[in-house]
Amino acid sequence: MNLWMVFRISLRALMRNKLRTFLTALGIIIGVSTVITMLAIGTGAQRSVEATIASLGTNTIMIFPGSGQTSGARTGAFGASTLTVDDAKEIPRQCSAVSNVSPITQVNAQIVFQDQNWSTQITGSDIAYPDIRNWNIVDGRFFTDDDVRAAAKVCVLGKVVVDNLFGGESPIGATVRVKGIPMRVVGQLAEKGDSAFGQSQDDIVVVPYTTCMKRLQRQSNVRYIMAEAASKDQVERAKKQIDDVLASRHKIQPGEDPDYSIRTQAEFAETANQSTQIFTLLLGGIASVSLLVGGIGIMNIMLVSVTERIREIGIRMALGAKRRDILRQFLVESIVLSLTGGAIGVALGYGFAHIAARFSQWPPVVSIQSVLLAFTFSLVVGVFFGFYPAFKASRLDPIQALRNE
Amino acid sequence: MNVIEATNLTRTYVTGEVSVTALKGVDIILPEGDFVAIMGPSGSGKSTTMNLLGCLDRPTAGSYKLDGVEVSQMSADQLAEIRNLKIGFVFQGFNLLARTTALENVELPLLYREQEIPAKERKERSEASLSAVGLGHRYDHVPTQLSGGEQQRVAIARALVTQPSLVLADEPTGNLDSKTSVEVMRIFQELNEQKNITILLVTHEPDIAQYAKRVITFKDGKIKSDEPQKKRLIAREVLKTLEDEDE
Ligand SMILES: Nc1ncnc2c1ncn2[C@@H]1O[C@H](COP(=O)(O)OP(=O)(O)OP(=O)(O)O)[C@@H](O)[C@H]1O
Ligand SMILES: [Mg+2]
Repeated sequence: MNLWMVFRISLRALMRNKLRTFLTALGIIIGVSTVITMLAIGTGAQRSVEATIASLGTNTIMIFPGSGQTSGARTGAFGASTLTVDDAKEIPRQCSAVSNVSPITQVNAQIVFQDQNWSTQITGSDIAYPDIRNWNIVDGRFFTDDDVRAAAKVCVLGKVVVDNLFGGESPIGATVRVKGIPMRVVGQLAEKGDSAFGQSQDDIVVVPYTTCMKRLQRQSNVRYIMAEAASKDQVERAKKQIDDVLASRHKIQPGEDPDYSIRTQAEFAETANQSTQIFTLLLGGIASVSLLVGGIGIMNIMLVSVTERIREIGIRMALGAKRRDILRQFLVESIVLSLTGGAIGVALGYGFAHIAARFSQWPPVVSIQSVLLAFTFSLVVGVFFGFYPAFKASRLDPIQALRNE
Repeated sequence: MNVIEATNLTRTYVTGEVSVTALKGVDIILPEGDFVAIMGPSGSGKSTTMNLLGCLDRPTAGSYKLDGVEVSQMSADQLAEIRNLKIGFVFQGFNLLARTTALENVELPLLYREQEIPAKERKERSEASLSAVGLGHRYDHVPTQLSGGEQQRVAIARALVTQPSLVLADEPTGNLDSKTSVEVMRIFQELNEQKNITILLVTHEPDIAQYAKRVITFKDGKIKSDEPQKKRLIAREVLKTLEDEDE
């Protein structure tokens, strides 16, 4: 008997008891759709973190105060910074692989224009900031070396700040007040979009770091230093050179923990990837359990089905069905069940992911791999959980089977 | 040429510690075109014999040649193929597939042919087989829409569709009334005479055995007697008198 005939027989058997077939498939449908949705959310998170990290600039190296035991920028500990402006100035002088450097200062403040006001984070930087972050100026200009030297009262605004204070009008030349200090807007940054955590990156005001320190912060506290390697393959060399410079400036003995930490873009990406991958795996793992439960449902129903149809099996055997014919019939039945459930589950999971996209900060991504994975998994479930009942059926003794009531 | 040549057929059932020898060395030879009825009290080993001759079971001892081929040592799958090619079964309980049309029921053994038969040929043969038992107009009926006699005729059509060398019927009229039983016997007699098909049937009813050419009687797992039918009944004629009586 060819496979097509076996398929038709199986389909017929499944159609005979529609409700039961549906309920059995439901287990797989729920399993597969959760796997798809969960993986979509996980992958979405991963993509968005990747995008954010890429938006930092490709060859970026970050230098943080404090030892490298924890990752990410330090937010608290005012006055505890171990990094200085001189550190930042010394790096480009001694490091041939480094093309740009900027100390970064940060302070939260309210920015006022006429009767409009907006609370945001003020970032103090050097002139290399747009280059390091691959960030264009869409209107006006960035501040200059002279502005930095003079701690000039100038600022560059991000899109969100412009939208909120100027209602979309060009802010260039306008005077805003930050902590009561009037500042001239000289430029506007291009739109960059949301970060991985749903915060807008465009909610930013950049001023010369000197201005930030002298006028806004009133102390010379460097939050971190941003550097850029000359090219992608110089990143590791640049990191080493920076480490050497800082180690000697900070008088770090060999073997001693440094009071700073250097992280490259690649390391950032890796850490972020690791955590989002764990996140994805976790979600996928939880979802797989429901698929497994669905598989057990299939096995249960197939066992019931075999028991109910012992006589039919006996008749088929008497008429010449071989063991493998019976085995195939029931195996194909469970595979049809699981694959149909899988297909519906994929469609549903796709739908769920789209619904989830409306409520989540990062849009879920249904990848081809996750669809293939879920589909393969449901096939495996069908074969695995269908095999035992089918094998049992194929080993029946025709006489006993015929005698069964 | 002998269709069946069984010598010293023995079958012992072992259930746990108890073993029952249902068949104690039986010799049966059936030449082609024979029509034999097996009789005997309940438990005398009739069904056991039919299962062995039908290749549904293997003897504990003895030899069984079907169409000259020794089958007593064959594997389960080899026996399945032999059944499909050479044997047609008719059961007391009809054993049709439920919710499956008459035509599809008849087609079933052709589906399990090792050498695939094209769908068109399968259909033609099944239709011809159903017509041969007088059910040419009932192709699409499922078992629940057919009377007992009609169901048994579908079963006979299914047994014949493979053009077997041997038809085995274990109490084929056990579930039928007397007139329908005679109709079934008429079909058997026609097949036996017109197509020279060898038929072996088990029955409890002496008047059914009268339609056979030869009667074998079993007792306690052995053959008690094996004699030709002296006063053979012809089903066609019996039916005619029954109809005359009705009028
Ligand atoms: N699968 C089995 N396991 C154990 N014993 C069996 C089995 N099948 C049959 N027997 C025994 O073998 C003996 C013969 O049984 P068999 O079915 O051949 O009788 P029979 O002549 O067909 O009887 P009946 O006229 O009632 O159908 C009986 O004693 C029965 O109990
Ligand atoms: Mg019996």
